[in-house]
Amino acid sequence: MATTKRKRILFIAGALALIAALATLATTLGPFAPIRVSVAPVQTAPLNPSVFGVGTLEARLSYAVGPTQAGRVARVHVDHGDAVKAGQTLAEMDPVDLAERLAASGSALERARQSARAAEAQIREAESRHQVALTNANRYRELAQKGFVSKELADNRRSEANVTAAAADAARASLAAAQGDAARLDSERGAAAKQLANLKLVSPVDAIVVARLAEPGTTVVAGQAVFRLVDPSSVWVRARVDQARAGGLAAGDAAEIVLRSAQGGALPGRVARVDIESDAVTEERIVNLEFTTRPPSFSIGELAEVTIRRPAVANALVVPSAAVKMLGDRRGVWRVDAGRARFHRVKIGLQTLEGQTHVLEGLAPGDEVIVYTRAQLSEGARLRVVVQP
Amino acid sequence: MINLAARDVAHGFGRYLATAVGLGLLIGVTLTMAGVYRGMSDDARAFLRATGTDVWVVQQHTLGPFAEASTLHDDTWRAIRALPGVSEVGNATFLTTQVRHGERWVRVMVLGFEPGRPGEPGYLVEGRPVARSHYEAVADVLTGFQVGERVRIRRNEYTVVGLTRRMVNQAGDPMMFIPLRDAQEAQFLKDNEAIVNERNRLAANPRINRPGVPGLLDTISEALTSNNNVNAVLVRVAPGAEPVEVAANIKRWKHLQAFSTAEMEDILVGTVIERAAKQIGLFLLILAFVSIAIVAFIIYTMTLGKLKEIAVLKLIGTRDRTIAAMILQEALGLGLIGFLIGRIAATLWGPVFPRYVLLLVEDTARGFVITMLACVLASMVGIRMALRVDPAEAIGG
Repeated sequence: MATTKRKRILFIAGALALIAALATLATTLGPFAPIRVSVAPVQTAPLNPSVFGVGTLEARLSYAVGPTQAGRVARVHVDHGDAVKAGQTLAEMDPVDLAERLAASGSALERARQSARAAEAQIREAESRHQVALTNANRYRELAQKGFVSKELADNRRSEANVTAAAADAARASLAAAQGDAARLDSERGAAAKQLANLKLVSPVDAIVVARLAEPGTTVVAGQAVFRLVDPSSVWVRARVDQARAGGLAAGDAAEIVLRSAQGGALPGRVARVDIESDAVTEERIVNLEFTTRPPSFSIGELAEVTIRRPAVANALVVPSAAVKMLGDRRGVWRVDAGRARFHRVKIGLQTLEGQTHVLEGLAPGDEVIVYTRAQLSEGARLRVVVQP
Repeated sequence: MINLAARDVAHGFGRYLATAVGLGLLIGVTLTMAGVYRGMSDDARAFLRATGTDVWVVQQHTLGPFAEASTLHDDTWRAIRALPGVSEVGNATFLTTQVRHGERWVRVMVLGFEPGRPGEPGYLVEGRPVARSHYEAVADVLTGFQVGERVRIRRNEYTVVGLTRRMVNQAGDPMMFIPLRDAQEAQFLKDNEAIVNERNRLAANPRINRPGVPGLLDTISEALTSNNNVNAVLVRVAPGAEPVEVAANIKRWKHLQAFSTAEMEDILVGTVIERAAKQIGLFLLILAFVSIAIVAFIIYTMTLGKLKEIAVLKLIGTRDRTIAAMILQEALGLGLIGFLIGRIAATLWGPVFPRYVLLLVEDTARGFVITMLACVLASMVGIRMALRVDPAEAIGG
């Protein structure tokens, strides 16, 4: 009888244990379990906000050197990486027939000068003839007045003098024409020489060659670049920053630049210019940053991550950014109120890249806010505060 | 009046308990299967709810972005933002891809979102939200990633800054949240080799690479490698506004397709996971029938084993009612213990499953009622047999 009783007690105890186990599981793992959350206090701490952007290494001063008219490249004197001086000849274009035309215009000029000399001789000849004719005409006029020769003979001499005067005028005119011709041909020869000089591609500044885009024999059109040069002292980072976070950025702000090739260390820099025009499609602002000290080597087009420091806020009320939520159109934080979730509206300011958010209104130091949760919270949901949800 | 059932059970307690445990495990399997079925539709819904989105705007005439491909320009949101009742809008891209994590590949759905706009993970269990506009990610814990780890998606490496939970797509793949610009690039620029090949292919095309038009090749190449598309625009409506009305407004005036979250759930459950859910549903049905049949057989054989004792009871003048009550009570007890064990087992092994197992209270209640009914039905057969036993058998054979 005693064993039966013990068995019965055992049975009841077992049944109770089973129900208790189910109830415990239902309230810890099952549908009735409270949501596990972790909380953190609102702290007063200095806030170091910063803005992050991604950009490429570019040269502020970059030059595309090419011919002003279509032609074939004859000789290329410099290559990628060469440092060049202002005025240095980088390449020459094929002059085709320009040299021959220069020689031809030289010969033509010489001929024009000879013609001018011939014209001068003709003037002298004509003037001499005129002198003789004039003397004769005067003599015959006196003789005719005295009646030694007929008047007709004197008139003839007079006419001869007039004819030689006209011949002298004609000779002078042809001298002027020959001199004009010579001047024109001289100018033409100068133009051809200048065109020949223009076929040399000359560096406008002291720079480094970053691209050699055509080789001897290549035909290029007017304006097509044969070289790209950059001024190495003007290397900067052209970064794109989300418009939403770019407010207040100004030239002179300190920044850190991390090049993709040197991810280990950040290079110091500062904002050189914030472009007035921003990208309307990508909704980003263009921020240009220069290096405080120029990196020893650089690669144009390299990806760079920039972090621009914003003015620090001392004694700011901060909460972890993970705590800040949106409920409907209200921004706020969740708080634990007697084991239940309550949404608490707050006004927030800056958010740092380290995950700290500045609370402007709505919380006091020491208030606890929910940071991590295992599930979506709703107003009045039952909670259990744990260290690691 | 003594309770015959209790006496009988106490007599062969060990065997009774073993039977109950076996039965319980079977019920546990059935309940788990129901949980898998529920978990599947819940997976589809969990993410929709967690992003806090009220209206999904996708390409016209599509059921995107999950059921069908959908492409929108990334400035479409501006036109939507200006509509009445719209409180917040956010662009989103979706890309299912394999991410390498140490030695293994993890299949994830990468969601590109704009920090601070709808589409952000609703809650975190570790770390912090995405603060930089590039190369940071929040991942679901199912991915196995740790905060601070760097993982590579297509061409870029991302730092995992936060972890979230229950953010999976309809296929159960964990989600990873990365900034929209990166996601757009990841969707379009596959890898460096592909980009270089594409560039060379363009350069080899004489109609594009024309000697008389310098710069044309670069322009075309740039135009082809930039991506200004998104897959969906997520809309949060203003308090008091009806998501259905806002969706109707967008459909009518913006010539886009818009779904409220409820409609989106129907699409996911009704089309995307329909076959998989039906498959499991049918299997669940068969499993339930098999379980009922086994419960019935167990009780039937239990009664069969006691026929001699019942004959003795009858011989000593026990009433039929008492015998029937004994068999019924034993059957119900077996069902009750089995069900409790089954429910506990399902709760315990549920979290081990790779996909979410959701054990609903109503499913539990339904399962309990069905188990009890099955026990009653099965005991009827046993009772009928017990009552037909000839008391003379106690003496004979």
